[in-house]
Parts: sequence; C-alpha cells; structure tokens
Amino acid sequence: MSAPVTLLGLYRPGTTVLHRTPVGAKLLALAVMGVVVVVLRGPVSGLVLLGVAVLLAALGRTGTRRTLRALRPILLVAVVLGGIQLWRFGPPVAVEVVADLLSLVLAATVVTATTAVDTMVDAIARACGPLRRLGVSPERVAFAMALTIRAIPQVLEVAAETRQAARARGLERDPRALLVPMVVRTVGRARATGDALAARGLGDD
Amino acid sequence: MPDLVLRDVVVTAPGDDDVVILRPTTLTLTEHRVALVGANGSGKSTLARLLNGLVEPSAGTVTVDGLDTVRDGAAVRRRVGFVFTDPGAQLVMPTAAEDVALSLRRTVRDAAERRLRAVEVLDGYGLGHLADVSVQSLSGGQKQMLALAGVLAAGPDVVVADEPTTLLDRRNTRSIGDALLSMRQQLVLVTHDLDLAARCDRVLVVADGQVVHDGDPAEAVARYCAEVDAS
Repeated sequence: MSAPVTLLGLYRPGTTVLHRTPVGAKLLALAVMGVVVVVLRGPVSGLVLLGVAVLLAALGRTGTRRTLRALRPILLVAVVLGGIQLWRFGPPVAVEVVADLLSLVLAATVVTATTAVDTMVDAIARACGPLRRLGVSPERVAFAMALTIRAIPQVLEVAAETRQAARARGLERDPRALLVPMVVRTVGRARATGDALAARGLGDD
Repeated sequence: MPDLVLRDVVVTAPGDDDVVILRPTTLTLTEHRVALVGANGSGKSTLARLLNGLVEPSAGTVTVDGLDTVRDGAAVRRRVGFVFTDPGAQLVMPTAAEDVALSLRRTVRDAAERRLRAVEVLDGYGLGHLADVSVQSLSGGQKQMLALAGVLAAGPDVVVADEPTTLLDRRNTRSIGDALLSMRQQLVLVTHDLDLAARCDRVLVVADGQVVHDGDPAEAVARYCAEVDAS
C-alpha cells in the first residue's frame, strides 16, 4: 500500500534561496502573511497573495505534481467552501475566501518543503529556550512538535489499512469496524513509538 | 565485551503480581553474540527488553557493566541500542537521513555536520542513495537496515535485536542477519531463525518464562528443535 502524501513531511532537499533562508525568517514571513491575509480585504488582494504563494512554491522548487497531490484534500475543501460562499455572498467573497485559504496553505507548504524537520526542531528548541527557566526542556517541546507532525501521516496510514481490513471482511459500512480497530492500532503504534524513543534514549537528556 | 548481568530477576505482569512473565533468572552474558530462541510468549522478548531498561524487573537487578538499568537508565540506554521487530515504529523522522541525524543529536550539535555524518552512516549500510527518501516509501528490508543504522549511529557498545528478521523475506533476512553478526558491538539477538541463532557464540532456549537450556549453539538449537518436535 502506498503511503499517503500529505502536506507534512513534504520536505525536499535542495539549494534554492528558500532552502538557504533561515527557518526563523521563513516562519516570521508566514506569520506576516497570515496577518496580511486577514487585514487586506477583497478578491484582488487574495489573488495577489495567491500569486505570491505560487511564486514562492516555484522558487522553492516544491514540485508541481507532488505539491498538487499533497494539496488535493485542501483543494476539495476549497471547492466546497467556494461553492457555499458563492451561493451565500456572491463571486467576490468566494474568490477572496478561496484565494486566502489556498495562499496560506501553499505558503505553509513551501516552508515545510524547504525546511528539514531536524532544522525545524532546532529552531523551535531555540525559540523555546526561555522555557528552560520554568523547568521545561526546550528540546523535548521541539521534539514533541516534530513527532506530532510525523504522527499525522502515520495515523492516515493506519486509517487506510483499517479501512482495507474492514472492506476485506465486508464491514466497510460498519463504523465500529472502522473506528475501534483504528483507535486501538493508533494507540498501539503510539506505545511502540514511545518504546522505540525510550530505547534510543531520546528524552533522557 | 560488556558484562550483562541478571541477578535473581523476576518480571510479573503490570498490576498483577500473580502473572509471572519471567521466573527467577540469574545470568551473565559476556559473549560477542548471544541468541535467545523459544516459542511465542515464552518470555524471550521480556528478557531482551530488560537489558535496555525498556522493561524493569519486578524483583532482582539487571546491570550493564555495573550500571543498573533502573537507577542508571539514561546511561544504560546510551550503551545499549535496541532494534525492534517492526522498524515502522522505530523510524520517527520523515526521511532516512533525518532519522539517522536524530540519533546523532546528542553528540553532533551542528545541523549541517549532523547531516553529513548521517549520510556517511547511510553510505556505510548501502543506503546513501536513499538519504532523502521518505521512510514510508522504503521496503521492509531497507527500513530494518535503516533502523539498525540509526541505532549504530549513536555508538552503543551493545545491540539488542528483538526478532529483527521476522517481517523480512529470505534475501533481507540474510543481509540483516549478516549485518548484525558482523558488528563489533556485543549482540543479543531474539530470533526464530535457527540458522541465524546457530551462527552466534551462545544460545539460550527460553520456555515458560525461564531459560531451559544454555550453551553451545548447535546443541541448544538441536535441543530446542527436539522439544518442539516432541510437543
């Protein structure tokens, strides 16, 4: 079974300007973009921001097909959302909402595609440095965030396997046959990952 | 080789002292390669997990070169690496290079240097070309080899491997087996692969939560086979 392609874990090594840009600057730019999306109103600004995000994706060489595959679930949401906005408020609002959503998701994708998780962990650990005074380990916080990111495609994989197992037994319409094994397997995998992390001594420092 | 010592060790089920998983066991393992064989549920994985501190003894002590696995847990884990049956649970980073780099975080502070070292480690195991490939898209054999590379990158003195070839085909079983048996580190190998066990220096046969035979590999394997055939 092929692993699902998700926005997370999309990192592609490279030497582009965006790969070389410090992760702190990229995260700051993403935050600024989030504010700009909210502050600027109207379809034109939305389309301009979407254009900027597409330009950034091209600059970071995220790969058109790969990026579109990863964005597919969001595109489906955008279509549904756009349809509702079109029906309720008309074309300008629909264009603005869809463009805003896609520009932000695409910009975030560019950050993950051009930043290794290892680098992200370092950056988060540095940013959480002041927490050390409160007795919190910045390394541990950063690592927990990285693991959360890593867990999302794993949970999707478990869900796909569970769905196939239910289908093989003719139980694809039984929510219990989907939900219960999925929860049990996800918890089981989380425990196994916890064991593996403990065995590697991660979190001991 | 390090001294792995179990003194009067007993393991009971969590929350239920009446269910004994490992009966009173006293052992000293000093050989380069030690195999544990036995039926499913016999207690061999519990015995292996004691050596890295993943399982704590309910009674008795386990030490690695004098370090107690409970009291000195962090120091023990730095010295004893662990390879699991399912590498999917062990590989926690998105790409092969990042996963090995994770093992190097403790010793190599600079991210660029860490990346270089990780790729070097991968090259050493024939995985260099997969450095930037998602771990999810690797084959079972590649995942297990990567898991082993990640463990060895941390520089342990002992590697405990819990049925590392169970999920693999014949070719990958051979390559992982060869990699494990050719390591300079002390190896404690839990396995159902009796050919692999026979290539070790000492074989322990575990049944019903206790070591029922301990000694020369050929003799121990033959005895285990005879017991299975007779049952």
